[in-house]
Amino acid sequence: MAFCSRNSRNIIIINLLKSKVGSSRLMKLSRVCCYGTCLNSTNHCRFLPSTTTLPQLGNPDPNSHKKGHSPCSQRFQSTKSGQQFASLPNGEHSQVLDFPGGNVVFSPEMQFLSESPNVYNPCYRVLDDNGQLISNSVFVQVSEEIAVKMYSNMATLQILDTIFYEAQRQGRISFYVTTIGEEAINIASAAALTSDDVVFPQYREPGVLLWRGFTLQEFANQCFGNKADNGKGRQMPAHYGSNKHNYFTISSTIATQIPHAVGAAYSLKMDKKDACAVTYFGDGGTSEGDFHAALNFAAVTESPVIFICRNNGWAISTPTSDQFRSDGIAVRGQAYGVRSIRVDGNDALAMYSAVHTAREMAVNEHRPILIEAVTYRVGHHSTSDDSTKYRSADEIEWWRMARDPVTRFRKWIETNGWWGSEAESQLRSSIRNQLLQAIQIAERAEKPPVKDLFRDVYNNIPSHLREQEKLVRETINKHPKDYPADVPVDVAVKDDGVSVYDVDVIVHDDDLIIHVR
Amino acid sequence: MLGVVRQKMLGQSLPKIRPAVSVLRSYSSAAKQMTVRDALNSALDEEMSADPKVFLMGEEVGEYQGAYKISKGLLEKYGPERVRDTPITEAGFAGIGVGAAYYGLKPVVEFMTFNFSMQAIDHIINSAAKSNYMSAGQMSVPIVFRGPNGAAAGVGAQHSQCYAAWYASCPGLKVLTPYSSEDARGLLKAAIRDPDPVVFLENELLYGESFPVSDEVLDSSFCLPIGKAKIERVGRDVTITAFSRMVGHALKAAEILEKDGIDAEVINLRSIRPLDRSTINASVRKTNRLVTVEEGFPQHGVGAEICASVVEESFAYLDAPVERIAGADIPMPYAANLERLAVPQVEDIVRAAKRACYRSVPLAAAA
Repeated sequence: MAFCSRNSRNIIIINLLKSKVGSSRLMKLSRVCCYGTCLNSTNHCRFLPSTTTLPQLGNPDPNSHKKGHSPCSQRFQSTKSGQQFASLPNGEHSQVLDFPGGNVVFSPEMQFLSESPNVYNPCYRVLDDNGQLISNSVFVQVSEEIAVKMYSNMATLQILDTIFYEAQRQGRISFYVTTIGEEAINIASAAALTSDDVVFPQYREPGVLLWRGFTLQEFANQCFGNKADNGKGRQMPAHYGSNKHNYFTISSTIATQIPHAVGAAYSLKMDKKDACAVTYFGDGGTSEGDFHAALNFAAVTESPVIFICRNNGWAISTPTSDQFRSDGIAVRGQAYGVRSIRVDGNDALAMYSAVHTAREMAVNEHRPILIEAVTYRVGHHSTSDDSTKYRSADEIEWWRMARDPVTRFRKWIETNGWWGSEAESQLRSSIRNQLLQAIQIAERAEKPPVKDLFRDVYNNIPSHLREQEKLVRETINKHPKDYPADVPVDVAVKDDGVSVYDVDVIVHDDDLIIHVR
Repeated sequence: MLGVVRQKMLGQSLPKIRPAVSVLRSYSSAAKQMTVRDALNSALDEEMSADPKVFLMGEEVGEYQGAYKISKGLLEKYGPERVRDTPITEAGFAGIGVGAAYYGLKPVVEFMTFNFSMQAIDHIINSAAKSNYMSAGQMSVPIVFRGPNGAAAGVGAQHSQCYAAWYASCPGLKVLTPYSSEDARGLLKAAIRDPDPVVFLENELLYGESFPVSDEVLDSSFCLPIGKAKIERVGRDVTITAFSRMVGHALKAAEILEKDGIDAEVINLRSIRPLDRSTINASVRKTNRLVTVEEGFPQHGVGAEICASVVEESFAYLDAPVERIAGADIPMPYAANLERLAVPQVEDIVRAAKRACYRSVPLAAAA
């Protein structure tokens, strides 16, 4: 793993360097991968805890040029000045400007920081494409129980998406958003968190809710917007939310949840809780102003928040090459002073390890962490989209089959002897039956009652809405044939508009006021 | 701050014994004067002291003591965790405030002026106002967005807009517009205690103005109800509604009108959402004539909503068309003479009231 785990020797080096703030400024943007590997490599990489993802390092050991080994064998031009500084005799610090931002080393050479790296930011992975453990990889151990649970949830998510997508195509629900291809990000990250960690999702993370115990029936109820929906039918399908599961209700607006997460993290810190905030967003979301403001803020306020970016290559029809020109997302975190890492998002074990470690850092050190999970959006953006219009069907198919994260993880647990084909077929058929049944029940259920139209605009219902509700009920009662039969009107309303069960008692200014709901 | 005031009160030798605050409903002719700035500062101080979940966030609120010194002394008293200086990102800190409110804290987010709130308006509307509804009651947002609103003096077009109408059109928000120090204290306390998101529109030119405050107002438990207007001046002939700085103008206009035999009733709206329609309508039913005054742009303004409300509920009682006084339908100019012409003046209100009372007057101001 490319950021420090506690046992890494480089943590000592980092602490050393913290006192040399000035030297970092001109040196740090050498994002060097140690052995020239990049995303496409399937070979195992011996990743030394490298300079690439830590904010302060460009020259991790000022004396490394004297040693035989330097941790990084390649250098940018821009680090030459760092070596100059390093090679100055001790005490000669006249080359440093002391300004409000810190100590900055001067350089007589005019060096522009390159806009693109020679080598890309490396991607942490633990399992190869066939689900086999890469030797010498660093990862967090997962017990059989957790691993099997992770796999079942990933498979369940896959089946849930398939069936709900079909239901939309059949006209049974109005809309749906799939998570196909990103099951590992969803489930593995959820598994690495605790139930106290508060989650601020975008809309492609139902797996986190699934992991936390949201039932298939509850998913179906929200999609059908029926009476049992704990969202009271207020939102489109797939906009889940549950206080009980610490999963904040999804809203469609892109990236607005990112500063929310930072605010919640700041609150957690003030409360001194053993918990962090976690927020998810896509590659497209990182273009929004909210992303930048939130990361900056998180760094300044030292808030315990984990930013998980699902870099799946597409924002509806916009490929990442049209979205940004930086080397992905993790390098942006670095620019804001946020510790970051790029992870293979389709490697459930790597995701688990990264999130697990990130959480420890966030909570114990009060710092934000950015995780860029590289993956691919196998499905269309939503049921309103046909992505074959802007990308090749072959590309989609290849990622669906050859890079399926669910299959990859299954191979790993099978290798460990924790899973087999019988368990597989049992799981698949059981989940499928449960889902079909849940949909049937949800479809037949009553819709939310009329009163849910007017509640929750404010904490207490204002008088003009109460009046309107009364009028609507009267109209429905007078002309029942003009209204759908599956919308309950609730309790019969008396003449004065007071229904027996709808009363609030409030003490206001020493007066006892009985508010009618 | 409050401690200082209390000491002064004890120092005076008041002949009467003060009855318990809760019994005393009438406002005594208090000798105490308080600026709106001090009123806001004391309200913040008391609410932060009473509830550890309340915290203040914004640009320059801490070390600088507040861009307009409203948060003076608070950083020293409560520390940097509860008085948070932010980077320059309205969208950022509004979003962070909303996130903190989702979690359960009670943030008071300060915009240096509400003109800058436009950078954050998505969070105010989509993340704060609508959340309780969209989440079916699971996410309440007990946040207060406050700051100066409307025109100051010579700050130009991008620093002078009034946002009362914009925010008041959105369900899920409450919008308050204090005028006097009593309003400032009572409404800010109510806003902080309210579980719904509140937009609290102050006025820079009012910060330095002093108003008399009674003992009841100075008490730390003082609170005004949200949604109730105040009749500042009782009258019989014409109703003048106003909010924020325009209340002062309306009261001055009423004095001038009195000399001409027109007895004006001045209503200080205090709350734009919810609008106190019953008080306004009751007044119009009494006087039969209405003049609405506001500083903001005329189209789709607060006056338009009041006019519609009165036409819907009290049409038969109107003896004259409703007169609307608003800012000029132009971006605010900078030059002092032009600015004066772009903002309602006392004479405009006087002329409008006379028109409503069928006295013949020219429609526009003489240059």
